[in-house]
Amino acid sequence: MWPIGELYAAGLFVYALGSLGGLAGHSARKTGAWLASLLCLLSLVAALLEAGASVGALLAKTETVAWSLYSGVPYLSYAVRLDPLSAYFNLALSLLAASVSIYSLGYLRHGADGGTPGLFCFFLNLLLFALTLVFTASNVLSFLIAWELMTVAAYFLVVFDHESAESRKGGLLYILMSRGGTGMLFVGFLLLATAAGSMEFSALHNIGERLTAFSSTLAFVLLFVGFGVKAGIIPVHIWLPAAHPVAPSNISALMSGIVIKTGIYGMARVFFDFYGAAPVWAGMVVLLVGVISGGLGVLYALMEHDLKRLLAYHSIENIGIILMGFGSALLFRSFGHPQLAALALVAGLFHTLNHGVFKCLLFLGAGGVFHATGSRNMEEMGGLIRRMPATALYFLVGAIAISGLPPLNGFVSEWFTYQALLAGFGATPELTRVAFPIAGALLALTAALAAACFVKAFGITFLALPRSEEADNAREVSPAMRTGMAILAVACVLLGLGATWFLPVFDPITNQTFGIPISGNLVAGGGLLLTAGAVRNGSVSTAVIALLLVALGAVPLLLWLLWGRKSARASGPTWDCGLPGLTAANEYTATAFSKPLRMIFAALFRPRREIQAEFDVSPYYPKAIRFASEIQPAFEKHFYDPLRVGVLTIASWMRRLQAGSIHAYLAYIFVTLILLLLFGVRG
Amino acid sequence: MTGQILAVLAQIALVLFLSPLIMGFSRTLKARLQTRRGAGVFQPYRDLYKLLRKGMVIPETASWIFTATPYVLFSTTLLAGLLIPAISAQAPLSLFGGVLAVVYLLALGRFFLALGALDTGSSFGGLGSSREMTISAIAEPALMLAVFTVALGAGSTNLSAVAQAALGQSWRFLAPSQMLAFAALFIVLIAETGRIPVDNPATHLELTMIHEAMILEYSGRYLALIEWSAAMKQLVLMTLLVNVFFPFGLSAGWSPSGTIFSLLAFIEKLLLLAVAVVLVEATNAKLRLFRVPELLAVAFVLSAMALISTFLF
Repeated sequence: MWPIGELYAAGLFVYALGSLGGLAGHSARKTGAWLASLLCLLSLVAALLEAGASVGALLAKTETVAWSLYSGVPYLSYAVRLDPLSAYFNLALSLLAASVSIYSLGYLRHGADGGTPGLFCFFLNLLLFALTLVFTASNVLSFLIAWELMTVAAYFLVVFDHESAESRKGGLLYILMSRGGTGMLFVGFLLLATAAGSMEFSALHNIGERLTAFSSTLAFVLLFVGFGVKAGIIPVHIWLPAAHPVAPSNISALMSGIVIKTGIYGMARVFFDFYGAAPVWAGMVVLLVGVISGGLGVLYALMEHDLKRLLAYHSIENIGIILMGFGSALLFRSFGHPQLAALALVAGLFHTLNHGVFKCLLFLGAGGVFHATGSRNMEEMGGLIRRMPATALYFLVGAIAISGLPPLNGFVSEWFTYQALLAGFGATPELTRVAFPIAGALLALTAALAAACFVKAFGITFLALPRSEEADNAREVSPAMRTGMAILAVACVLLGLGATWFLPVFDPITNQTFGIPISGNLVAGGGLLLTAGAVRNGSVSTAVIALLLVALGAVPLLLWLLWGRKSARASGPTWDCGLPGLTAANEYTATAFSKPLRMIFAALFRPRREIQAEFDVSPYYPKAIRFASEIQPAFEKHFYDPLRVGVLTIASWMRRLQAGSIHAYLAYIFVTLILLLLFGVRG
Repeated sequence: MTGQILAVLAQIALVLFLSPLIMGFSRTLKARLQTRRGAGVFQPYRDLYKLLRKGMVIPETASWIFTATPYVLFSTTLLAGLLIPAISAQAPLSLFGGVLAVVYLLALGRFFLALGALDTGSSFGGLGSSREMTISAIAEPALMLAVFTVALGAGSTNLSAVAQAALGQSWRFLAPSQMLAFAALFIVLIAETGRIPVDNPATHLELTMIHEAMILEYSGRYLALIEWSAAMKQLVLMTLLVNVFFPFGLSAGWSPSGTIFSLLAFIEKLLLLAVAVVLVEATNAKLRLFRVPELLAVAFVLSAMALISTFLF
């Protein structure tokens, strides 16, 4: 049998080694480049070891590694285990970590902005180490320690380019909101652990049913919002578009690909492991938050012309899609439909992996573009498909996948989400059931807007003429960076076409949560068809669709053979309305592209624009025009600004207590002591 | 197995060769309503034949995306046509993708068409691409909700199963939910196929173009493939409407006599629907672009009402 425990431990050890190596060599400037390469190779090795351990654990279909280490403090121990859910997330992490490591080999060759490559690798390996522990920790103490380690490592990577004010600001917002989220997690976990009388995750299984109604509700909300901060659900998402774009691109890829998925992992653990059948409102809230995050996430993404911010908003959108699956699963379990709950859970979990893969790919592509042009602003790009053909191709694969178009992986998990939502109509009582198809329709809107957004992102960035000198002089990125992207692009294709062969991975997870290995119901036709629980409910085959799309190319080929062989094929200038030549200034811009949607959703965006024209004779012949356009960030203005003002008001009020006089402080201590003594005597 | 293959080939032929006819019929009828003679019902065939033989001019700025687009569009649209029950309730390939696959295959074609338009670097391309993606995105929820209403009635997203269920109750279209869903899908049909009042397929006036703006730079064989795809897409959506809501004459299997009768009934239903579309076209003016979302919002409300009335009636 597979040495799962050894592989897992070795992986952790190599991550730690890479991290320490980076720390040791953090001041090396001359040897920095090859040291960074070595450390990236180490993290690649570690990722492969962890992947091996996770695959082994998934094949074993049960809890495998279960180690614990007594901490010396009563009731507290450090513990890890690889149960199917942990192994699944650890596998996703390993896949992304491996490709990011290869990508980083090329990315760090020219050093890292703001510090030495050694220091960068220290934090990178530390982040991967912490992430592995987050997914495998098996009691509250270890989980929270790993969680905080991850948050801190990620913070230092976000602000790695610490000379840029934007990075510092994004990082500050990230760490502040993460702290708030962790606070909620602390209280939520303590409520659960008190009821169970143990910190072990195994003791918390189905603990939700033994809590009082009040503490059950409170713990659910706290844990949902606490994990939601990390996952980036609306309205606690605002750190995400601030922090993800400013981080170095390989880190943005990890942040959007897997770090936010720790929130999803936490929710999966709490919803489906710790809570048994949750109350109906809980599922409805999760579904509603999913729908809102999906819709608003993509609408805000459409308004962006900063490529990495656009991708960051799409992470919010996809977290929304994942939560639609989770919310439906919760509802199905509440209404006693374990089969459907398993289908919905598979939809959510599969989309988690798929989003990780294509979002990581897109961020690496955006990183390549940034590397080549020095800009994140799409309005300064264009024509890159000729200058960076490989990057363009991989980015296109990611764009098709994230838009949920067949036959790639995004389509498969969105298809399952649709099927879960449709099944909800027949399986729930009257008022609840309408929510499902409406959610499905809004998912359709979200997906269609995502397609529009990626037509914009790909079209404006890569197609037509370059809009700046930097874009004109852009060069293809190094082979290592291309390899990192290629792995993920291939994964997008394989997870799409080979989905039927991948689905058994979910069997041990659904078996653990609902007692049903689901893949037997979701795969039919000798491994060719994906079905919605049964063939009669609907089926699809991405592999056959892909095959037929190619095969139907025979028709145009036949037409060409019949009539087209003698026709000439010339190259000529694009129609320019008779003006002297087409220039990049004639091209549609990203802002112009999204203008119709900005006007249609004006109630949400509240766009403001300003036009100033200079002219000599007549206003119809302007010499120069200055145009400024912006949208109003609704959540920042209506929720966070009042919150900030409120906090500052309370803080300035409390400052009166801290007068700076040592006598006053002594008096406080004295009063506190008396009160505590009184309290103690009374108790 | 050979029967299956024959059915697939028959449906390929049907989708390929019937679609220009519906296009030609619509154009001729529209011309007559405008007291013109029109170019005749068979003009689209002559156009396609001519375009296929003509040479092409490819814009210098364009990349391989521009070249790949006609093929992707053609394949996706034709495949969508194979997943839909046309002359038999048993669509030959319906197991490999239901209504979601049809909608998303059309979306894949549109995705590439919009990219191909941006690839030329002309403002027209960007304009068409931006408008097309906007309108299709706004139309999507109405389309899906109406489709869900029908799918939920049949308990399946498989279109053959939906058609079979419809065959079981041929007069079901009189139910309020079906009528409302049909109305919603009819509006979506007009928007998705670029008809007045949403888009005007006959215009080359820059301010009002949507579809035509996207394909302005295409010529020769590529233009033929794109025009043909547009005709096939229209046929696919119309087939969806007529066979799901009015399954009269649709044969349950692939028996020779049943199929011929089914084919005649199918063509007749398509022509009737085309008349309805042309009547809308002839009696309306084109809407301003920013009034289109209101029309599509009406479609969404109709389909939401359709959904709610499924468990009232």
